[in-house]
Amino acid sequence: MPNRESRDNPAFRMSRRKMMKGVAAVLGALALPEQEASASVWESFFQKHFREMSKPELEKVLARLEKEYGKTYGKAVKVRATPHIEGVSYGYGLDLSRCIGCRRCVYGCVQENNQSRDPQIHYIRVLQLDKERGVDLEHTEHYYNPSKVPEKGHFYMPVQCHQCENPPCTKVCPVQATWKERDGIVVVDYNWCIGCRYCMAACPYGARHFNWKKPGLPAAEMNPETHYLGNRPRPVGVVEKCTFCIQRVRNTPGRYPACVEVCPVGARKFGNLLDPESEIRYIIENKRVFILKEDLNTRPKFYYFYAT
Amino acid sequence: MKRDRPLHGFVPGMAALVLCLFAGVAPAAHLQEGGNAAKTRAASAPEKQFAVPAPPFTPGIFPCSDCHKEMKSNPARRELKDEHTSIVLNHAQGQRWCLDCHDISNRDKLRLVSGEKIGFVESFRLCGQCHGDKYRDWKVGVHGKRTGMWNGEKQYLLCVHCHNPHDPQYKPIPPMPPPTRPEDTK
Repeated sequence: MPNRESRDNPAFRMSRRKMMKGVAAVLGALALPEQEASASVWESFFQKHFREMSKPELEKVLARLEKEYGKTYGKAVKVRATPHIEGVSYGYGLDLSRCIGCRRCVYGCVQENNQSRDPQIHYIRVLQLDKERGVDLEHTEHYYNPSKVPEKGHFYMPVQCHQCENPPCTKVCPVQATWKERDGIVVVDYNWCIGCRYCMAACPYGARHFNWKKPGLPAAEMNPETHYLGNRPRPVGVVEKCTFCIQRVRNTPGRYPACVEVCPVGARKFGNLLDPESEIRYIIENKRVFILKEDLNTRPKFYYFYAT
Repeated sequence: MKRDRPLHGFVPGMAALVLCLFAGVAPAAHLQEGGNAAKTRAASAPEKQFAVPAPPFTPGIFPCSDCHKEMKSNPARRELKDEHTSIVLNHAQGQRWCLDCHDISNRDKLRLVSGEKIGFVESFRLCGQCHGDKYRDWKVGVHGKRTGMWNGEKQYLLCVHCHNPHDPQYKPIPPMPPPTRPEDTK
Protein backbone atom coordinates (compact mmCIF):
# COMPACT_ATOMS: atom_id res chain seq x y z
CA MET A 1 0.00 0.00 0.00
CA PRO A 2 1.38 3.39 -0.90
CA ASN A 3 0.28 4.86 2.41
CA ARG A 4 2.20 2.43 4.47
CA GLU A 5 5.23 3.04 2.39
CA SER A 6 5.25 6.78 2.91
CA ARG A 7 4.69 6.38 6.63
CA ASP A 8 7.63 4.08 6.90
CA ASN A 9 9.80 6.51 5.04
CA PRO A 10 11.87 8.26 7.77
CA ALA A 11 11.41 11.62 6.10
CA PHE A 12 7.62 11.45 6.58
CA ARG A 13 7.43 9.50 9.79
CA MET A 14 5.17 11.25 12.27
CA SER A 15 3.65 9.69 15.34
CA ARG A 16 0.15 10.64 16.52
CA ARG A 17 1.71 12.35 19.54
CA LYS A 18 4.00 14.49 17.43
CA MET A 19 1.15 15.56 15.25
CA MET A 20 -1.03 16.53 18.23
CA LYS A 21 1.83 18.59 19.58
CA GLY A 22 2.07 20.41 16.29
CA VAL A 23 -1.66 21.07 16.21
CA ALA A 24 -1.56 22.38 19.77
CA ALA A 25 1.32 24.70 18.95
CA VAL A 26 -0.48 26.12 15.92
CA LEU A 27 -3.71 26.62 17.87
CA GLY A 28 -1.78 28.20 20.69
CA ALA A 29 -0.12 30.62 18.32
CA LEU A 30 -3.49 31.50 16.82
CA ALA A 31 -4.93 32.19 20.26
CA LEU A 32 -2.46 35.03 20.85
CA PRO A 33 -3.96 38.47 20.35
CA GLU A 34 -3.29 39.25 16.73
CA GLN A 35 -2.67 42.97 16.83
CA GLU A 36 -0.43 42.98 19.86
CA ALA A 37 1.40 39.76 19.07
CA SER A 38 4.70 41.36 19.90
CA ALA A 39 7.50 40.23 22.13
CA SER A 40 6.04 42.16 25.06
CA VAL A 41 2.91 40.01 25.10
CA TRP A 42 5.04 36.92 25.40
CA GLU A 43 7.18 38.54 28.05
CA SER A 44 4.29 39.66 30.19
CA PHE A 45 2.64 36.26 29.86
CA PHE A 46 5.72 34.45 31.06
CA GLN A 47 6.66 37.08 33.65
CA LYS A 48 7.53 35.70 37.07
CA HIS A 49 5.91 36.64 40.38
CA PHE A 50 7.24 39.98 41.65
CA ARG A 51 8.95 38.47 44.66
CA GLU A 52 10.58 35.69 42.66
CA MET A 53 12.20 37.93 40.08
CA SER A 54 15.93 38.51 40.22
CA LYS A 55 17.19 42.07 39.95
CA PRO A 56 18.02 41.91 36.23
CA GLU A 57 14.70 40.24 35.52
CA LEU A 58 12.85 42.95 37.43
CA GLU A 59 14.76 45.69 35.63
CA LYS A 60 13.83 44.17 32.30
CA VAL A 61 10.18 44.07 33.33
CA LEU A 62 10.25 47.69 34.53
CA ALA A 63 11.87 48.79 31.27
CA ARG A 64 9.24 46.91 29.29
CA LEU A 65 6.41 48.52 31.27
CA GLU A 66 7.92 51.98 30.90
CA LYS A 67 8.06 51.50 27.16
CA GLU A 68 4.51 50.18 27.01
CA TYR A 69 3.04 52.97 29.14
CA GLY A 70 5.12 55.55 27.32
CA LYS A 71 3.55 54.45 24.06
CA THR A 72 0.02 54.35 25.46
CA TYR A 73 0.12 57.72 27.22
CA GLY A 74 2.53 59.56 24.95
CA LYS A 75 4.93 60.72 27.66
CA ALA A 76 7.98 59.50 29.55
CA VAL A 77 6.68 57.23 32.33
CA LYS A 78 8.86 56.11 35.21
CA VAL A 79 8.07 52.74 36.81
CA ARG A 80 10.11 52.16 39.93
CA ALA A 81 10.24 49.27 42.35
CA THR A 82 11.72 51.16 45.31
CA PRO A 83 12.11 48.69 48.19
CA HIS A 84 10.98 49.32 51.76
CA ILE A 85 13.08 51.45 54.12
CA GLU A 86 14.54 49.49 57.05
CA GLY A 87 13.07 50.34 60.43
CA VAL A 88 9.90 51.87 59.01
CA SER A 89 6.33 50.76 59.58
CA TYR A 90 3.82 53.23 58.24
CA GLY A 91 0.91 54.43 60.32
CA TYR A 92 -1.91 56.80 59.48
CA GLY A 93 -3.97 59.05 61.69
CA LEU A 94 -7.30 60.63 60.87
CA ASP A 95 -8.74 63.34 63.07
CA LEU A 96 -12.51 62.89 63.19
CA SER A 97 -12.96 66.15 65.08
CA ARG A 98 -11.41 68.04 62.14
CA CYS A 99 -12.64 66.27 58.98
CA ILE A 100 -15.33 68.32 57.26
CA GLY A 101 -16.21 65.77 54.56
CA CYS A 102 -15.14 67.91 51.60
CA ARG A 103 -13.82 64.91 49.60
CA ARG A 104 -10.66 66.72 48.49
CA CYS A 105 -8.76 63.59 49.54
CA VAL A 106 -10.87 61.34 47.31
CA TYR A 107 -9.95 63.23 44.16
CA GLY A 108 -6.39 64.01 45.22
CA CYS A 109 -5.91 60.28 45.52
CA VAL A 110 -7.43 59.55 42.10
CA GLN A 111 -5.09 62.08 40.50
CA GLU A 112 -1.97 60.75 42.19
CA ASN A 113 -2.70 57.06 41.82
CA ASN A 114 -3.93 56.88 38.22
CA GLN A 115 -7.28 55.35 39.05
CA SER A 116 -9.85 54.83 36.35
CA ARG A 117 -12.02 57.95 35.93
CA ASP A 118 -14.66 56.11 33.98
CA PRO A 119 -15.74 53.67 35.28
CA GLN A 120 -15.03 55.43 38.52
CA ILE A 121 -12.69 53.96 41.14
CA HIS A 122 -12.17 55.76 44.46
CA TYR A 123 -9.86 54.40 47.14
CA ILE A 124 -11.36 56.72 49.75
CA ARG A 125 -15.00 56.65 50.75
CA VAL A 126 -16.15 59.48 52.99
CA LEU A 127 -18.99 58.44 55.28
CA GLN A 128 -21.35 60.98 56.75
CA LEU A 129 -22.47 60.04 60.25
CA ASP A 130 -24.88 61.49 62.76
CA LYS A 131 -23.43 63.16 65.80
CA GLU A 132 -26.36 61.77 67.75
CA ARG A 133 -25.43 58.19 66.98
CA GLY A 134 -21.65 58.44 66.94
CA VAL A 135 -19.58 55.94 64.96
CA ASP A 136 -22.45 53.69 63.94
CA LEU A 137 -21.70 52.05 60.62
CA GLU A 138 -25.31 50.95 60.26
CA HIS A 139 -26.31 54.57 59.70
CA THR A 140 -23.97 56.11 57.18
CA GLU A 141 -24.36 57.98 53.95
CA HIS A 142 -21.64 58.47 51.39
CA TYR A 143 -23.62 60.10 48.56
CA TYR A 144 -24.26 63.28 50.59
CA ASN A 145 -24.11 66.36 48.39
CA PRO A 146 -25.08 69.63 50.15
CA SER A 147 -23.87 72.98 48.87
CA LYS A 148 -21.50 73.37 51.80
CA VAL A 149 -19.90 71.02 54.30
CA PRO A 150 -19.76 70.35 57.21
CA GLU A 151 -23.50 70.15 57.83
CA LYS A 152 -25.03 70.69 61.25
CA GLY A 153 -25.45 67.53 63.28
CA HIS A 154 -23.09 65.46 61.18
CA PHE A 155 -19.49 64.37 61.25
CA TYR A 156 -17.46 62.64 58.59
CA MET A 157 -15.37 59.52 58.52
CA PRO A 158 -13.23 58.72 55.50
CA VAL A 159 -12.52 55.01 55.04
CA GLN A 160 -9.73 53.57 52.92
CA CYS A 161 -7.31 50.66 53.16
CA HIS A 162 -6.29 50.20 56.79
CA GLN A 163 -3.04 48.39 55.89
CA CYS A 164 -3.82 45.73 58.50
CA GLU A 165 -1.05 44.05 60.40
CA ASN A 166 -3.14 40.89 60.11
CA PRO A 167 -4.78 41.36 56.71
CA PRO A 168 -7.63 39.01 55.83
CA CYS A 169 -7.40 39.93 52.14
CA THR A 170 -3.94 38.50 51.49
CA LYS A 171 -4.78 35.17 53.09
CA VAL A 172 -7.57 34.35 50.68
CA CYS A 173 -5.66 35.09 47.48
CA PRO A 174 -5.34 31.76 45.68
CA VAL A 175 -2.26 32.87 43.71
CA GLN A 176 -0.47 35.06 46.28
CA ALA A 177 -0.81 38.09 44.06
CA THR A 178 -1.30 40.29 47.13
CA TRP A 179 0.81 40.44 50.26
CA LYS A 180 1.98 42.64 53.11
CA GLU A 181 5.33 44.30 52.54
CA ARG A 182 7.85 44.63 55.35
CA ASP A 183 6.94 48.28 55.92
CA GLY A 184 3.33 47.20 56.43
CA ILE A 185 1.91 48.27 53.06
CA VAL A 186 -0.43 45.70 51.53
CA VAL A 187 0.27 45.56 47.79
CA VAL A 188 -1.01 43.84 44.65
CA ASP A 189 1.05 42.55 41.71
CA TYR A 190 -1.33 43.48 38.89
CA ASN A 191 0.52 41.13 36.54
CA TRP A 192 -0.12 38.19 38.85
CA CYS A 193 -3.70 38.95 39.93
CA ILE A 194 -6.23 36.65 38.26
CA GLY A 195 -9.22 38.81 39.17
CA CYS A 196 -11.10 36.30 41.33
CA ARG A 197 -12.02 39.10 43.81
CA TYR A 198 -11.78 36.84 46.87
CA CYS A 199 -9.76 39.59 48.56
CA MET A 200 -12.60 42.06 48.03
CA ALA A 201 -14.96 39.70 49.80
CA ALA A 202 -12.48 39.21 52.62
CA CYS A 203 -11.77 42.90 53.28
CA PRO A 204 -14.02 44.20 56.09
CA TYR A 205 -13.39 47.84 55.09
CA GLY A 206 -14.45 47.73 51.43
CA ALA A 207 -11.00 48.98 50.54
CA ARG A 208 -10.36 46.91 47.43
CA HIS A 209 -11.67 47.80 44.00
CA PHE A 210 -12.00 45.84 40.80
CA ASN A 211 -11.36 47.00 37.25
CA TRP A 212 -14.51 45.74 35.57
CA LYS A 213 -13.57 47.60 32.41
CA LYS A 214 -10.35 48.82 30.87
CA PRO A 215 -9.48 51.75 33.14
CA GLY A 216 -10.45 55.08 31.63
CA LEU A 217 -7.39 57.18 32.33
CA PRO A 218 -6.93 60.30 30.15
CA ALA A 219 -3.32 60.59 28.98
CA ALA A 220 -3.15 64.24 30.03
CA GLU A 221 -4.10 63.36 33.62
CA MET A 222 -1.80 60.36 33.90
CA ASN A 223 0.79 60.70 36.68
CA PRO A 224 4.07 59.46 35.15
CA GLU A 225 5.85 58.92 38.49
CA THR A 226 4.81 55.37 39.29
CA HIS A 227 5.68 52.33 41.36
CA TYR A 228 5.31 48.74 40.19
CA LEU A 229 3.28 47.85 43.30
CA GLY A 230 1.39 51.12 43.34
CA ASN A 231 0.08 53.63 40.88
CA ARG A 232 1.26 52.25 37.55
CA PRO A 233 -1.59 51.89 35.05
CA ARG A 234 -3.68 48.82 35.70
CA PRO A 235 -5.08 46.39 33.13
CA VAL A 236 -8.72 45.34 33.05
CA GLY A 237 -9.70 42.51 35.39
CA VAL A 238 -7.42 43.15 38.35
CA VAL A 239 -7.98 44.35 41.91
CA GLU A 240 -6.37 47.52 43.21
CA LYS A 241 -6.18 49.41 46.49
CA CYS A 242 -4.63 52.24 48.48
CA THR A 243 -0.89 51.79 49.08
CA PHE A 244 -0.27 54.87 51.26
CA CYS A 245 1.15 56.31 48.00
CA ILE A 246 4.00 53.80 47.91
CA GLN A 247 5.59 55.75 45.06
CA ARG A 248 6.01 58.76 47.38
CA VAL A 249 6.56 57.42 50.87
CA ARG A 250 9.34 54.95 50.11
CA ASN A 251 11.78 57.69 49.19
CA THR A 252 14.26 59.31 51.57
CA PRO A 253 13.11 61.98 52.04
CA GLY A 254 9.65 60.90 50.97
CA ARG A 255 6.64 63.09 50.48
CA TYR A 256 3.47 62.66 52.49
CA PRO A 257 0.70 60.66 50.76
CA ALA A 258 -1.43 62.72 48.38
CA CYS A 259 -4.47 62.65 50.67
CA VAL A 260 -2.41 64.10 53.54
CA GLU A 261 -1.07 66.83 51.29
CA VAL A 262 -4.45 67.85 49.91
CA CYS A 263 -6.55 67.83 53.10
CA PRO A 264 -7.51 71.49 53.67
CA VAL A 265 -8.10 71.08 57.40
CA GLY A 266 -5.05 68.98 58.25
CA ALA A 267 -7.13 66.08 59.53
CA ARG A 268 -4.81 63.52 57.97
CA LYS A 269 -1.56 62.53 59.66
CA PHE A 270 1.11 60.11 58.55
CA GLY A 271 4.38 58.80 59.88
CA ASN A 272 6.61 56.01 61.05
CA LEU A 273 5.16 53.95 63.90
CA LEU A 274 8.64 52.85 64.91
CA ASP A 275 9.88 56.43 65.33
CA PRO A 276 8.97 57.74 68.82
CA GLU A 277 9.31 61.32 67.53
CA SER A 278 6.78 60.95 64.72
CA GLU A 279 3.41 62.69 64.78
CA ILE A 280 1.58 59.38 64.53
CA ARG A 281 3.26 58.18 67.72
CA TYR A 282 2.36 61.44 69.45
CA ILE A 283 -1.25 60.91 68.44
CA ILE A 284 -1.37 57.33 69.68
CA GLU A 285 0.25 58.28 72.97
CA ASN A 286 -1.68 61.51 73.65
CA LYS A 287 -5.07 61.42 71.91
CA ARG A 288 -8.21 59.35 72.11
CA VAL A 289 -7.64 56.81 69.36
CA PHE A 290 -9.70 53.98 67.98
CA ILE A 291 -9.39 51.52 65.12
CA LEU A 292 -12.28 50.41 62.98
CA LYS A 293 -13.81 46.97 63.62
CA GLU A 294 -11.28 46.17 66.28
CA ASP A 295 -13.15 42.97 67.13
CA LEU A 296 -12.08 41.39 63.84
CA ASN A 297 -8.46 41.31 64.97
CA THR A 298 -7.24 42.74 61.68
CA ARG A 299 -5.02 45.16 63.62
CA PRO A 300 -5.26 48.14 61.28
CA LYS A 301 -2.49 50.72 61.10
CA PHE A 302 -5.06 53.39 60.35
CA TYR A 303 -5.94 55.24 63.55
CA TYR A 304 -8.97 57.45 63.94
CA PHE A 305 -8.57 60.00 66.67
CA TYR A 306 -10.20 63.01 68.27
CA ALA A 307 -7.77 65.90 68.68
CA THR A 308 -10.19 67.76 70.94
CA MET B 1 34.28 41.29 46.05
CA LYS B 2 32.76 40.08 49.25
CA ARG B 3 35.93 40.80 51.25
CA ASP B 4 36.03 44.52 50.75
CA ARG B 5 32.39 44.96 51.63
CA PRO B 6 32.89 45.32 55.39
CA LEU B 7 35.60 47.89 54.69
CA HIS B 8 33.29 49.91 52.53
CA GLY B 9 30.70 49.83 55.21
CA PHE B 10 33.10 50.59 58.01
CA VAL B 11 33.90 54.26 57.44
CA PRO B 12 30.33 55.50 56.87
CA GLY B 13 29.27 53.23 59.70
CA MET B 14 31.68 54.89 62.09
CA ALA B 15 30.67 58.32 60.84
CA ALA B 16 27.04 57.46 61.48
CA LEU B 17 27.90 56.21 64.95
CA VAL B 18 29.75 59.42 65.80
CA LEU B 19 26.86 61.49 64.46
CA CYS B 20 24.41 59.48 66.51
CA LEU B 21 26.45 60.10 69.63
CA PHE B 22 26.47 63.83 69.00
CA ALA B 23 22.79 63.89 68.15
CA GLY B 24 22.10 61.93 71.30
CA VAL B 25 24.09 64.32 73.47
CA ALA B 26 22.58 67.56 72.19
CA PRO B 27 18.90 66.98 73.10
CA ALA B 28 19.95 65.37 76.37
CA ALA B 29 21.66 68.61 77.35
CA HIS B 30 18.47 70.55 76.68
CA LEU B 31 16.45 68.12 78.69
CA GLN B 32 18.72 68.52 81.69
CA GLU B 33 18.24 72.25 81.68
CA GLY B 34 14.53 71.67 81.82
CA GLY B 35 11.67 73.48 80.14
CA ASN B 36 13.41 76.85 80.24
CA ALA B 37 15.92 75.82 77.61
CA ALA B 38 13.14 74.93 75.21
CA LYS B 39 11.38 78.23 75.87
CA THR B 40 14.42 80.39 75.21
CA ARG B 41 15.06 78.43 72.06
CA ALA B 42 11.54 79.09 70.87
CA ALA B 43 11.82 82.75 71.78
CA SER B 44 15.16 83.28 70.06
CA ALA B 45 14.43 81.90 66.62
CA PRO B 46 10.96 80.46 66.32
CA GLU B 47 10.58 81.22 62.63
CA LYS B 48 13.63 79.08 61.97
CA GLN B 49 12.22 76.28 64.04
CA PHE B 50 8.93 76.17 62.14
CA ALA B 51 9.08 76.68 58.40
CA VAL B 52 6.02 78.84 57.76
CA PRO B 53 5.00 80.73 54.63
CA ALA B 54 4.38 84.47 54.65
CA PRO B 55 1.24 85.61 56.51
CA PRO B 56 -1.85 85.95 54.27
CA PHE B 57 -2.20 89.74 54.33
CA THR B 58 -4.87 91.51 52.36
CA PRO B 59 -2.91 92.90 49.37
CA GLY B 60 -1.50 96.35 50.06
CA ILE B 61 -2.33 96.42 53.75
CA PHE B 62 1.15 95.73 55.07
CA PRO B 63 3.23 97.45 56.38
CA CYS B 64 0.55 98.99 58.57
CA SER B 65 2.85 101.89 59.46
CA ASP B 66 2.48 103.22 55.92
CA CYS B 67 -0.81 104.78 57.01
CA HIS B 68 -0.50 104.70 60.77
CA LYS B 69 2.71 106.69 61.09
CA GLU B 70 0.83 109.80 60.00
CA MET B 71 -1.96 109.20 62.50
CA LYS B 72 -2.27 109.92 66.16
CA SER B 73 -2.95 106.79 68.22
CA ASN B 74 -6.27 106.65 69.96
CA PRO B 75 -6.28 103.97 72.65
CA ALA B 76 -10.02 104.38 73.39
CA ARG B 77 -12.12 101.31 72.82
CA ARG B 78 -14.55 102.16 70.02
CA GLU B 79 -16.20 100.97 66.85
CA LEU B 80 -14.02 101.71 63.82
CA LYS B 81 -16.02 103.78 61.35
CA ASP B 82 -13.48 105.10 58.83
CA GLU B 83 -11.11 102.25 58.11
CA HIS B 84 -11.04 98.47 58.69
CA THR B 85 -14.83 98.44 58.62
CA SER B 86 -14.86 94.96 57.07
CA ILE B 87 -13.31 93.54 60.23
CA VAL B 88 -16.03 92.29 62.51
CA LEU B 89 -14.52 90.84 65.62
CA ASN B 90 -16.08 87.47 66.32
CA HIS B 91 -13.44 86.17 68.65
CA ALA B 92 -14.15 86.73 72.34
CA GLN B 93 -15.24 90.22 71.31
CA GLY B 94 -16.50 91.21 74.74
CA GLN B 95 -13.14 90.57 76.28
CA ARG B 96 -10.75 92.28 73.91
CA TRP B 97 -10.25 94.57 71.04
CA CYS B 98 -7.60 95.60 68.45
CA LEU B 99 -4.85 96.81 70.75
CA ASP B 100 -4.78 93.66 72.85
CA CYS B 101 -3.03 91.93 69.97
CA HIS B 102 -1.82 94.80 67.75
CA ASP B 103 0.90 96.98 69.23
CA ILE B 104 -0.05 100.61 69.65
CA SER B 105 3.41 102.12 69.20
CA ASN B 106 4.75 99.88 66.45
CA ARG B 107 1.89 99.09 64.10
CA ASP B 108 3.91 96.53 62.15
CA LYS B 109 4.16 94.29 65.21
CA LEU B 110 1.89 92.14 67.28
CA ARG B 111 1.97 92.30 71.03
CA LEU B 112 2.08 89.46 73.53
CA VAL B 113 0.56 89.77 76.99
CA SER B 114 4.08 90.04 78.35
CA GLY B 115 4.55 93.21 76.31
CA GLU B 116 6.95 91.53 73.93
CA LYS B 117 6.57 92.67 70.34
CA ILE B 118 6.63 89.99 67.68
CA GLY B 119 6.42 89.95 63.90
CA PHE B 120 3.33 88.74 62.06
CA VAL B 121 5.32 85.72 60.92
CA GLU B 122 5.42 84.52 64.53
CA SER B 123 1.73 85.08 65.15
CA PHE B 124 1.34 81.48 66.36
CA ARG B 125 2.96 82.56 69.61
CA LEU B 126 0.23 85.13 70.10
CA CYS B 127 -2.53 82.60 69.43
CA GLY B 128 -0.76 80.10 71.66
CA GLN B 129 -1.17 82.37 74.68
CA CYS B 130 -4.81 81.34 74.99
CA HIS B 131 -4.92 78.22 72.85
CA GLY B 132 -2.09 76.40 74.55
CA ASP B 133 -3.41 72.93 73.76
CA LYS B 134 -3.70 73.72 70.05
CA TYR B 135 -0.26 75.35 70.06
CA ARG B 136 1.22 72.23 71.61
CA ASP B 137 -0.41 70.01 68.99
CA TRP B 138 0.52 72.36 66.17
CA LYS B 139 4.19 72.29 67.12
CA VAL B 140 4.34 68.52 66.75
CA GLY B 141 2.35 68.64 63.53
CA VAL B 142 -0.92 67.24 64.88
CA HIS B 143 -3.10 70.36 64.82
CA GLY B 144 -3.30 71.93 61.41
CA LYS B 145 -2.03 71.03 58.02
CA ARG B 146 1.59 70.11 57.64
CA THR B 147 3.11 69.16 54.31
CA GLY B 148 6.53 68.31 52.96
CA MET B 149 8.46 65.15 53.69
CA TRP B 150 7.22 62.65 56.25
CA ASN B 151 10.84 61.74 57.02
CA GLY B 152 12.43 65.06 56.16
CA GLU B 153 11.77 68.77 56.06
CA LYS B 154 8.23 69.81 56.88
CA GLN B 155 6.23 72.86 55.95
CA TYR B 156 3.89 74.38 58.51
CA LEU B 157 1.05 76.82 58.03
CA LEU B 158 0.37 79.73 60.36
CA CYS B 159 -2.84 79.60 62.40
CA VAL B 160 -4.10 82.52 60.32
CA HIS B 161 -3.80 80.61 57.04
CA CYS B 162 -6.86 78.60 58.06
CA HIS B 163 -8.44 80.76 60.78
CA ASN B 164 -9.25 84.40 60.23
CA PRO B 165 -7.86 85.85 63.46
CA HIS B 166 -10.85 88.19 63.79
CA ASP B 167 -13.39 85.43 63.11
CA PRO B 168 -11.55 82.18 63.62
CA GLN B 169 -14.10 79.47 62.99
CA TYR B 170 -13.28 77.43 59.87
CA LYS B 171 -15.83 78.35 57.22
CA PRO B 172 -17.82 75.63 55.42
CA ILE B 173 -16.71 74.88 51.86
CA PRO B 174 -18.45 73.16 48.93
CA PRO B 175 -17.76 69.42 48.79
CA MET B 176 -16.38 67.65 45.73
CA PRO B 177 -18.92 65.52 43.83
CA PRO B 178 -20.20 62.32 45.45
CA PRO B 179 -19.23 58.97 43.96
CA THR B 180 -21.29 57.46 41.14
CA ARG B 181 -24.03 55.19 42.38
CA PRO B 182 -23.69 51.60 41.15
CA GLU B 183 -27.00 51.87 39.30
CA ASP B 184 -25.70 54.91 37.39
CA THR B 185 -22.59 53.09 36.18
CA LYS B 186 -22.70 52.41 32.48
